[in-house]
Amino acid sequence: MLKRVHFPTSVLPYLLVAPQILVTLIFFIWPASQAMYQSMRIEDAFGLSTEFVWFENFQILAEDKQYFETFWRTIIFSACVAFISMSVALFLAGFADRVVRGAMAYRTMLIWPYAVAPVLAGALWVFMFNPTLGIFPYLLEFVGYDWNHYLNGHQAMLLVILAAAWKQVAYNFLFYLAAMQSIPKSVIEASAIDGAGPVRRFRTIILPLVSPTTFFLLVINAVYAFFDTFGIIHAVTQGGPAGATTILVYKVYNDGFVGLDLGGSAAQSVILMILVISMTVIQFRYVEKKVDY
Amino acid sequence: MATINLDQLTKSYGPDEVLHHISGDINDSEFVVIVGPSGCGKSTLLRMIAGLETVTSGEISIGGKIVNEIEPADRDIAMVFQNYALYPHMSVRENMAYGLKIRKTPKDEITRRVNEAADILEIREYLDRKPRQLSGGQRQRVAMGRAIVRDPQVFLFDEPLSNLDAKLRVQMRLEIRKLQKRLGVTSIYVTHDQVEAMTLGDRLMVLNAGYVEQFDTPIELYERPASMFVAGFIGSPAMNFLTATGGDGLVILDNGTALPTRLSTSGPVIAGIRPEHLIAEPEGVLPVRVEMLEQLGANTLVHGVLDGSDIPIVASVTGIQSLPVNDVVRFTPGPDALHLFDANTERRLS
Repeated sequence: MLKRVHFPTSVLPYLLVAPQILVTLIFFIWPASQAMYQSMRIEDAFGLSTEFVWFENFQILAEDKQYFETFWRTIIFSACVAFISMSVALFLAGFADRVVRGAMAYRTMLIWPYAVAPVLAGALWVFMFNPTLGIFPYLLEFVGYDWNHYLNGHQAMLLVILAAAWKQVAYNFLFYLAAMQSIPKSVIEASAIDGAGPVRRFRTIILPLVSPTTFFLLVINAVYAFFDTFGIIHAVTQGGPAGATTILVYKVYNDGFVGLDLGGSAAQSVILMILVISMTVIQFRYVEKKVDY
Repeated sequence: MATINLDQLTKSYGPDEVLHHISGDINDSEFVVIVGPSGCGKSTLLRMIAGLETVTSGEISIGGKIVNEIEPADRDIAMVFQNYALYPHMSVRENMAYGLKIRKTPKDEITRRVNEAADILEIREYLDRKPRQLSGGQRQRVAMGRAIVRDPQVFLFDEPLSNLDAKLRVQMRLEIRKLQKRLGVTSIYVTHDQVEAMTLGDRLMVLNAGYVEQFDTPIELYERPASMFVAGFIGSPAMNFLTATGGDGLVILDNGTALPTRLSTSGPVIAGIRPEHLIAEPEGVLPVRVEMLEQLGANTLVHGVLDGSDIPIVASVTGIQSLPVNDVVRFTPGPDALHLFDANTERRLS
């Protein structure tokens, strides 16, 4: 029979969790419920009165072609960021794992970008790619390529993807390196004796064995690209040109604080909220279980 | 099948030399065991032969070809690791087929060889399982299977049985021996377990602190140990060592007892007598004060000291004996039981 231990009731446990609950209530639950409430209201053009409209804001979004374009753009953006940052990190970790001399210095350097604030990272990339001042447009001119992300939407998208991916490489690198170092050395040696060269070992042994990490990072990177790239986009392109780099979070900001369509913006953030909740659920449901190899 | 030749092999990590001028020739189809206490460099030596460690100086040849600069993959060897090193994401079948697939063996040939190896090792019904679904002994078999499907020139074993329980270890030991004889593949086996070494090896290379102490057959190691280290390492319980002074056809122990020997020596020597070669006799020359008895059933270990000193003596007498503790029992070394070693160099005086 299961024996439960009972402690005498006391206020102490409640007091101990109170700060956390307070923080959650004030900074998370309250704003979230405000957003939900706001998403059901429409303001008049002068901001003098508001009207409770139930789900009309969502209806408008559902019929908005621009919103779907933004949605699609966000998915492409996220997929590219996740793919680039993860593959670069995997590549670097694969080499860092083999480095014997100066491994510490090498790793420290690779982790640095993670400590750079998003807006600063954005500013760096803005300078490097500035069509008139930047070093890259200058170099690209030699090969006859005209770079101007202020005019070219595709170039602008490429730039924010690179900047966002670059920032995340360090984080992914850390996880991949840790995963690779937890593979027993003898397994790698066994495959070397079995005749596998470095590339084959990486493909057939290391890659499958770090697959739980890959899945974990996939979720983390998707969440990052969806929600944490606002700073970079704001610093690099402000969502332009002509909305070419406007992803969902940026549209929330733009519609709400620039366009002053508070109701529509709130409705979008509610949708984003649902997205982030479902991603978190996926992560907990599947990542915790570990990928079965 | 191949011979292996080690010529003046040295390994250093930075300024520290851990293996010193190791030489030895291993014959075709021979089973050689490298044995020594932990930290003696035996695993390093095996890994050098496998190509997993670089060679500082000297030469390794397999089948007459110098392999110093050849990748492990191209040495035509197979290795069984202590922790088995199975690929956790592959089934048993895939684990065994991995090396063959890389060598572009035709599919039906792979199937045939994997099945054949699985039959030999009796792991046929586990072929589709993952390593984590297997017990330690089964994993061990898979690791062996992965080595034998490759049909290599050389098998290398790195303490493959040390993770198994005692009973399984004895069983697998016999199987490895039978398998090696059946396949006739030149094998090198590393262990710190002297019983494993004695039972498996055609010849044993005893390593101590990076030096080869002796490289000979198990019986020769037992009967004519080349040094005090080998004498103490081979045989259980370990050989008794007594300081003595050499003489003409006898040695005189520190307590004045004279023991006859065929050798004529002089100066300080060490006399070694194996516990199982001490015979209890009323007129025995070695008075031993009994301190403790260990009853093992088949024999009894008598722990004590040479009477009037604190030199420890162990004797192994057959059967269950109950000797009174603190009494003096007299022992005599059996004929030819005395091993003499130089007190300074610790080498055998023959």
